[in-house]
Amino acid sequence: MTLDVPEALSRLAQRLGGAGARLAEAGRLSGGASMETWAFAIEGAGQREDLILRRRSAPFDPENARSISLATEAALIRATGARGAPVPQVRHVCDDADGLGEAYVMGRVGGETLGKRIVSDPRFDAVRGALARQCGEVLAQIHATPPPPGLALKTVDGAGELDRYEEVYRSVGAGRPVLELAFQYLRRHVPDPVEPTLLHGDFRNGNLMFDPQKGLVAVLDWELSHIGDPAEDMGWICTNSWRFGRPDRPVGGFGDYADLLAGYAAGGGRPVELARVRFWQMLGSLRWGVMCLTMYKSWANGTERSVERPMIGRRVSETEADLVVLLEQGL
Amino acid sequence: MITHPKTEELAEAVAAWIDQIRPALDPRNAFLARVAANAMATIGRELTKGPAAEAAAVAAMAGVLGHDGSYADLNAELCGRIRSGALSAATPGLLPALRIMALDQLAIDQPNYRHEGS
Repeated sequence: MTLDVPEALSRLAQRLGGAGARLAEAGRLSGGASMETWAFAIEGAGQREDLILRRRSAPFDPENARSISLATEAALIRATGARGAPVPQVRHVCDDADGLGEAYVMGRVGGETLGKRIVSDPRFDAVRGALARQCGEVLAQIHATPPPPGLALKTVDGAGELDRYEEVYRSVGAGRPVLELAFQYLRRHVPDPVEPTLLHGDFRNGNLMFDPQKGLVAVLDWELSHIGDPAEDMGWICTNSWRFGRPDRPVGGFGDYADLLAGYAAGGGRPVELARVRFWQMLGSLRWGVMCLTMYKSWANGTERSVERPMIGRRVSETEADLVVLLEQGL
Repeated sequence: MITHPKTEELAEAVAAWIDQIRPALDPRNAFLARVAANAMATIGRELTKGPAAEAAAVAAMAGVLGHDGSYADLNAELCGRIRSGALSAATPGLLPALRIMALDQLAIDQPNYRHEGS
């Protein structure tokens, strides 16, 4: 079913802006197969409000999906924002009357999300050195947030994640010695259990909005949020596939481990050992490698025939190159 | 097989044509066209570098496993012996062999990717 989103946004403009308010602009920003993002603005009573609509365009299956519902996303953004984390302001969670399906509206935040620019654009030279520490501080705020009751967030740990990704890897049928060795090595180095906390679940360069003066201004893309080991979020932002050509700067391609860990402690987070972060970083490369294989599989079995899918499948070798070096170095 | 034009030259010609028509496409198709041109470039690199990479992988795996064999057989045996725990990161020669295989494949798939430690 295709939906006339701008038409629905016109009605929403009146609901949010009151009588006389109108839709000033609406344009689709991006979107994958199942999620759309629209930028729009409401004008009324001499005021203009710049907003973002995030809506699901394909049916959501809460039983099998890894991701959470958009209403849950909105609740988590509000809860972490109340703890001081920089997040967009949730303006409205859509209901049936809006005719937009599963969706919510948030305030538009100015800034840069393209990882390559954050690691290499001279506009970010002055602030870049402060970003890893900021990421640590913000992760401490997110992890300290009590999950709002009734959200049905999944709980994961290292051993469980290895089981899950190994099952996916086996189902593809690919024989990749480096991935085999990474599974074996990580199973032998699963860290001791830790008090689980709320996690962002996809905290990496690319899902964070940065300002050239203020640094980290918004944590975006909460759809993979879950409960687990705090070091999981710290390891994922250190995974080399999200360093955009700067492997020498382990945190997001912009900073060092020590700054991330110091920021986390300064923000009130329970101290985390680097080896624990490195475990999750290595698991991050393995996870991305397996995800690339599933992209290929979805093309091979006819689910999604876009040329993009098999080409993402060729990105497995980037994770293998990273994993070999991590295996040489050890945690 | 004929040598003129070589297969990699056909791939190169197709990639160049895709790049030529790309500016006229809508954003989604322009993106997919760029992916398609990249795929042709990957095919070109695999045609030129693939045979040497496969020979190096066969030699590396044969060194670890102690016998010769085809790429597919050696790769399957290597996977199985790692999975069973018979080979580990501490096994002499295993990580150097895997390094050769991983970096050769990366040079085909994404020559500009800067891997961990580079």
